[in-house]
Amino acid sequence: MNFRRATELVGIGATALLAVVMLVFVGLEWLQGYAATGWLYDQFIIAGMWLDLYLGTNVFSHSFMWRSIATAVFVGIVAPLVGTYLVHREMALIGETLAHTAFAGVAFGLLFSATTGWDGSLLVVALVVGILGALGVQWLTERTNAYGDVPIAIMLTGSFAVGTLLISYGRGLSGVSIEEYLFGSASYVTIGGSQLMAALSLIVVGVVAVTYKQLLFITFDEQAARVARLNVTWYNTLLIVLTAVVVVGAMQILGVILVAAMLVIPVAGASQVAHSFKETLVLSVLFGQLSVLGGYAIAINQGLPPGGSIVVTAIAVYLVAIFGSSGSVSALSTH
Amino acid sequence: MNTVVDIGDVSFAYGDTVAIRDVSLTISKGDFLGLIGPNGSGKTTLLHLMLGLYAPDEGTIELFGEPVSEFADGERIGYVSQQATSRGGTMPVTVREAVTMGRFPHAGHAPLSDADHDAVDDAMETVDISELADKQVNQLSGGQRQRAFIARALASEADLLALDEPTVGVDAESRDEFYRLLETLNESGITIVLIEHDIGVVTDRADHIACINQELYHHGDTESFVESDALTEAYGTSGQVVHHHH
Repeated sequence: MNFRRATELVGIGATALLAVVMLVFVGLEWLQGYAATGWLYDQFIIAGMWLDLYLGTNVFSHSFMWRSIATAVFVGIVAPLVGTYLVHREMALIGETLAHTAFAGVAFGLLFSATTGWDGSLLVVALVVGILGALGVQWLTERTNAYGDVPIAIMLTGSFAVGTLLISYGRGLSGVSIEEYLFGSASYVTIGGSQLMAALSLIVVGVVAVTYKQLLFITFDEQAARVARLNVTWYNTLLIVLTAVVVVGAMQILGVILVAAMLVIPVAGASQVAHSFKETLVLSVLFGQLSVLGGYAIAINQGLPPGGSIVVTAIAVYLVAIFGSSGSVSALSTH
Repeated sequence: MNTVVDIGDVSFAYGDTVAIRDVSLTISKGDFLGLIGPNGSGKTTLLHLMLGLYAPDEGTIELFGEPVSEFADGERIGYVSQQATSRGGTMPVTVREAVTMGRFPHAGHAPLSDADHDAVDDAMETVDISELADKQVNQLSGGQRQRAFIARALASEADLLALDEPTVGVDAESRDEFYRLLETLNESGITIVLIEHDIGVVTDRADHIACINQELYHHGDTESFVESDALTEAYGTSGQVVHHHH
């Protein structure tokens, strides 16, 4: 038990350290125009070259790979964090729905920029549309009285339909490939994209830290939370907007189709072995981080896209967790 | 201020289906009120109206002297529903975590204080589940789980405890223990509103009884209820009444 706690603490410490290093990289890349930070940024890349030399890889000397890994590390923290509440509210597919909504946002952004010459960030458009979609889902569920399958399915397919229509309509107007948004890509994360993800991650972690208790109460016993005069509708809305934010960030790496995986699979594994809700949160983040790093290792090693590799790794971690939990059950029953 | 709940001419309908018609009812501090009525008689609806989960179509409801819609001291009310309605069955939440939720309205967004943790320990002690603190709620028996939810209300320092058929699916022995606990809490000054389908339990334990079937058929102390015809009137001659034999 103490060993377990110690391992978790070390894991969370390592994750935090990794996240800080990645934040430093994103910050240095942002400020590389200044002399001091530019010099530090160069040192970072030089360190990457040494790392490549030792590992025999051709990865860490490229800034686009660092951006990509940084974004993935952030996704590996915030997606399971928000996902823990979603899974236990039985809202697991909300993430997938919002990813499709964000996809419609990307399609709209592409069309808008092709027709008007606007060259803003498509991700920001996806974020705005994703959040609007989140508020839409919340509005629908308030009126249909449940996070039921039906409003979710309508929203999921409906927004994807709009996305495909917009893309077909705008075909020929824009040269941008939509595939990266559907399947994610390691080489696609832009400087702006990684900065956006860093900022969003800080916001999500901060908001969850402040509202941990309220989100837990509405997840565990919504009616009692209402009686205790928690503003349940407000916290539901907050949770679903946080989901939209995470999904848009994660879409860069995982793609629209796989984005729900990081919200759900690490949490499912953690829930198998955790003794408490707090431990579920901790293990979800650790499993998420393992999935991201393991997935990247496979992706880099085999030259495969990271999205699929991360999801397959996450499922492997999940299966190990199931084995681990049934093992501990039989160990207990021998006492 | 001795009135805890004041319901004045309240009516409520789900769409066209009338659930509550012209009910007026006052619950005083220290009352142990049993709320009874046949299935579908609007007991749960009335309880939810009292707690402010729904707004009445007509009439007024006051909690601790304030209109219920403006009542903000969530920590003064403890609510224990039928055990099926919380996610305690699937979510990995420990007993201590569940009881600690009773302190959340006190703490708001601030971290929990030592006093909060002490209140949680005391509440678990009172309902005798301290040794289960680190167990998951989904590993508890029905009776233990309901005691954990009572502990959550105690941790919250609730003045009013509202229970909706809390012992459905709980074995007889644990039920008796549970109701003894409620009596003890009532003696210590907590006002209790209990929905219970077993009328024998209610007449044994409660000191006041409200019998409803859309309308209020009787409200008074337990003796006057036993002597009245409210039961047959509310349940009808064909209605099934659960009696408790001793």
